[in-house]
Amino acid sequence: MKPRLIVSRQIPQAVAERIRAEFDCPWPEGRDMTADEAIAALAETRADALMLTSHLKFGADVMARLPASVKIAATCSVGYEHIDVAAAQARGLPVTNTPDVLTDCTADLTFLLILGACRRAHEYEAIMRAGWRRGFGLGEMLGLRASGKRLGILGLGRIGQAVAQRARGFGMQVLYCNPRPLPAEQEQGATYFARFEDMLPHCDILSLHARSGPDTLNIMNAKTFGLLPKGAVFVNAARGNLVDEQALLDALQSGHLFAAGLDVFHDEPNFDLRFAALPNTFLFPHMGSATVETRTAMGMRALDNIAAVLAGKPAIDPLWR
Amino acid sequence: MPNPVLLVTRRLPPAIEARAARDYQARLNPEDTPRTGADILRLAQGADAILCCPAEKLDAATIGALPASIKVLGTFSVGYDHIDLAAARMRGLPVVNTPDVLSVATAECAMLLIFAASRRAGEGERLVRSGKWTGWCPTQLLGTQVSGRRLGIFGMGRIGRELARMATAFGMQVHYRDVARLPPDMEAGAIWHEDDVSFLAACEVLSLNAPGGEGTRRWLNAERIALLPPGAVVVNAARGTLVDDAALIDALRSGHVGFAGLDVYDGEPRLNPGYLDLENVVLLPHLGSATRETRDAMGNIVLDGIDAVLAGREPGNLVR
Repeated sequence: MKPRLIVSRQIPQAVAERIRAEFDCPWPEGRDMTADEAIAALAETRADALMLTSHLKFGADVMARLPASVKIAATCSVGYEHIDVAAAQARGLPVTNTPDVLTDCTADLTFLLILGACRRAHEYEAIMRAGWRRGFGLGEMLGLRASGKRLGILGLGRIGQAVAQRARGFGMQVLYCNPRPLPAEQEQGATYFARFEDMLPHCDILSLHARSGPDTLNIMNAKTFGLLPKGAVFVNAARGNLVDEQALLDALQSGHLFAAGLDVFHDEPNFDLRFAALPNTFLFPHMGSATVETRTAMGMRALDNIAAVLAGKPAIDPLWR
Repeated sequence: MPNPVLLVTRRLPPAIEARAARDYQARLNPEDTPRTGADILRLAQGADAILCCPAEKLDAATIGALPASIKVLGTFSVGYDHIDLAAARMRGLPVVNTPDVLSVATAECAMLLIFAASRRAGEGERLVRSGKWTGWCPTQLLGTQVSGRRLGIFGMGRIGRELARMATAFGMQVHYRDVARLPPDMEAGAIWHEDDVSFLAACEVLSLNAPGGEGTRRWLNAERIALLPPGAVVVNAARGTLVDDAALIDALRSGHVGFAGLDVYDGEPRLNPGYLDLENVVLLPHLGSATRETRDAMGNIVLDGIDAVLAGREPGNLVR
């Protein structure tokens, strides 16, 4: 008998095909469910496992109502702010995420943000969609060349390191700030700063790759934006709550920042629309991992975790041990 | 002796106009009014040199009618398909351009187009700005991963090689097509193709980086597009004339070409309106070299060339 699974969100086709082959699941393509609907479906099918994404707030209250048949909950994401890990541990429920598989994709998007912000991609696209029809003077609508610039990275973890490696293709000098310096083979020539404030004045471009948490909440604020050199470019493909958005709006409007590339916001999807009114922003609807390849890999990794736990093996990517 | 007279056809970056005004009796164009061939002939009377831009057609008739006082023609561009070189040669008029200095910025633009097209930047941007974003969804606006894919470069000159260097840092395997194979040190691990068929089959991403002109006109036509793998990404930051627009638009509509990113267009600033209705294309208004750093460097190198010719020296950036 195949294990029973509920998928509480639409998933890519290749993942659905594997679910059809290996699981007993009423909606293998996934179905967008509220927490109540997911609990009802799990109870009705006496499901063994739940696959979810960040749309489902998986707090202690939801966990308390899970049927006893559920042996694992796997989120299709690397972030897990939507999961109360302590509550899962207290209940003895394995919960897993999907690290690694979205590293390349997110690092790629970071470079899209960097290049798009430096090269005024939003303004250029808008000109084209309005029909263009007029040539530009040679000093008009100029962007910044990204190559050869100093790139500061807050958080040289997996994604930060992938960004640093790509930066070398643009001849960039990489600076980074972490709680501790990395060993030389991971550092790859990047310059370490113990204090974030000490790194900022040297960053032509700043990219955030830190985890969200109490110590990084609003780490970009009026003071830290002020420490960047005038005309710097700021990009964030990590988490919206790393940034005091009023301070960012001020820095963009005053011209202290040349431009910003943003894939994440404090309040998603109801982000501050004042960003959309600015010409010097390059904005995405949280698409860091949005490729067919990566979303498929994330779904497969979640299924690998589910299959492992249901086979009595340890989870591959447990959020608690 | 008074400074020589330099006609500058269009407005240039401030640092470059300042240098021109310092070293020449510079006839600038502060209003940035477009100049016809007739305008140029009129304004060039009594001048020693002209600094022109790609928007001006310097055809055989215009070049033949230039005043005898003109000793050098500089163009604020790396390309020179707007200048009739044979006519310049016949008149004994040296032409200087801006090689090298815009390679990096243009390769960056090609990279931007590759990412923006593959990751559906236009659609994502428009969704967010419309205020209609309803939330994250695992199947929303899925693009194609760039890192690790095969990149085919048509035209492995300076810009193509810069692009290859950048792409290698993204783990892309680089293939290229050019008239001849490069020496190994310039090739840097890229794979040369002797024919279009094997080259196009390898191109998960195709970047056009060849010069314009008759030899490459509409190189990317329906027949060659059909040889690309289904869902391929096509970008062009080189010359609009390389592409048969109708054929590319058809392929974007059918999905055979998954995404395209374009900075240049046949007949620009007009472009085939078929592009404007497509969501799977990212469009930029020919600003491949439009960075402050690059435009200043371009202005300096072309002025260096004009200086050299007028001083009787051989310029390093003479078009041959």
